[in-house]
Amino acid sequence: MTRRAALALALGCLLLGPAPADEIHASQRLSGYDMMGAEAQAMQRDDFANPAMLAVKEGEGLWNAVPGQGRPSCQSCHGNAAASMKGVAARYPAREASTGRVLDLPGQIQTCQSERQGIAPAARESAALLALEAFLAMQSRGAPLASPRARGLDDAVSRGEALYRQRFGQLDLSCAQCHSQNWGRSLGGTRIPQAHPTGYPLFRMEWQAIGSLQRRFRNCMTGIRAEPFPPGAAEWIDLEIYLKERAAGMAMDAPAVRP
Amino acid sequence: MTGRTGHAGNGRPRGLAIAAFLAVLAMPARAQPVPEAAPLPVSRPADPENGRRIVMDRRKGLCLLCHSGPFPEMRFQGDLAPSLAGAGSRWTPAQLRARLIDSRLFNGETIMPPYFRAEGQTRMARAFAGRTILTAEEIEDVTAFLATLRE
Ligand code: HEC
Ligand code: HEC
Ligand code: HEC
Repeated sequence: MTRRAALALALGCLLLGPAPADEIHASQRLSGYDMMGAEAQAMQRDDFANPAMLAVKEGEGLWNAVPGQGRPSCQSCHGNAAASMKGVAARYPAREASTGRVLDLPGQIQTCQSERQGIAPAARESAALLALEAFLAMQSRGAPLASPRARGLDDAVSRGEALYRQRFGQLDLSCAQCHSQNWGRSLGGTRIPQAHPTGYPLFRMEWQAIGSLQRRFRNCMTGIRAEPFPPGAAEWIDLEIYLKERAAGMAMDAPAVRP
Repeated sequence: MTGRTGHAGNGRPRGLAIAAFLAVLAMPARAQPVPEAAPLPVSRPADPENGRRIVMDRRKGLCLLCHSGPFPEMRFQGDLAPSLAGAGSRWTPAQLRARLIDSRLFNGETIMPPYFRAEGQTRMARAFAGRTILTAEEIEDVTAFLATLRE
């Protein structure tokens, strides 16, 4: 090896850096389900007790509904969701082939609503959008989360990791300090999870409602007294992509229940 | 600290705090001085009883989210940090005050929030912009309370 090549290699190593010391080894990864109490687990396992299943039912209705005269339903283009949407939620966010933009699942649904159905897209966090998300997530239950890196989203993974490690807010804390460095510990009686996004959208007992991953992010941001990013912001999507890379291979348990 | 650092409240720039922090880091391990802070200018004498209330208040002091301590009436306490029991024997009031003002002076990687620093954080929530977690009076109250926790 020439000296220049050696130097380039050394520089490359420096730039790539070692894996962060707080990275959770694959064998140690635990989902929110694994870490919650037996009662909440039982509620999630029983589709009749899981309140998020109401949203799935509502979403199925919306999937089949004609949104207005002469306008196509989701079903009329995509057919039977159990076949056409199987495993789709597990590989979102994804890059849209035609435009190159990266969409999360709610963003993809909104795009189909505005561009293919020709209707006003449902707002983020609205009951209608959450219902469609829950219905689609249901078609990926048990599917392993796909690696965003493997589908060319490396840049978004890096941006998301930088956000994950950035201290925010008046309390000056990063996501990593809680979810990578102190998971399993008690934050005033609440067990800190590893923040794997396997179950969204999900029913959270504290919300007494079904909510999105971005709503969960917003809760953690306001908890450290930081200004959350606006709904649908690119930063949230980058964070989701990083968390999905970190959780790649873990089984989806959406629509889940969490305390 | 003791007139070396700048924090919200006394108007001196944060750069000095960082310089002081770096100076501490640069010291040889044996001679490392423990950061200290002189009493903050306050409008009334310190009230340790109020300090105790602040420590137990999950929305104000937030201390028991991370710490445990001699608070039998508090059912849920944290285990992210050492117990506060005996803090007054381990640290002088000047050291306790410095830790509250900005715990990063002790440990750059700490998770303990900076209670008397209003600048340098990223994306401060609008409702808290420009404000410290505790006021100077409250820092003095908590310091006085911690000093009573002796073993
Ligand atoms: C002070 C510690 C703390 C910080 C900082 C923090 N979180 Fe959390 N987070 C929690 C706790 C505690 C919970 C679980 C709450 C519960 O169970 O009620 C949680 C839950 C979550 C979950 C839900 C996991 C699941 O199983 O559904 C995600 C995702 C998450 N956080 C992401 C983040 C992100 C992203 C950030 C940074 C922007 C962040 N958190 C910052 C403490 C924190
Ligand atoms: C007029 C036909 C049409 C309608 C109606 C329609 N879509 Fe689509 N949808 C498409 C096409 C075409 C694509 C592929 C777009 C691409 O990859 O560029 C797509 C892609 C998708 C995808 C991503 C699939 C994947 O494999 O990545 C989802 C999810 C989706 N649509 C959901 C919906 C939902 C939910 C509705 C109803 C609210 C809906 N669509 C209505 C045509 C339609
Ligand atoms: C988000 C977690 C967190 C919060 C909230 C917090 N601390 Fe801490 N504190 C720590 C950690 C962790 C340490 C251990 C040293 C370090 O890592 O900086 C510590 C150390 C201390 C120490 C020194 C302990 C010893 O004897 O070695 C004192 C005293 C202290 N904190 C007081 C407080 C008080 C008083 C409050 C509330 C006003 C508070 N802390 C809030 C995390 C926290």
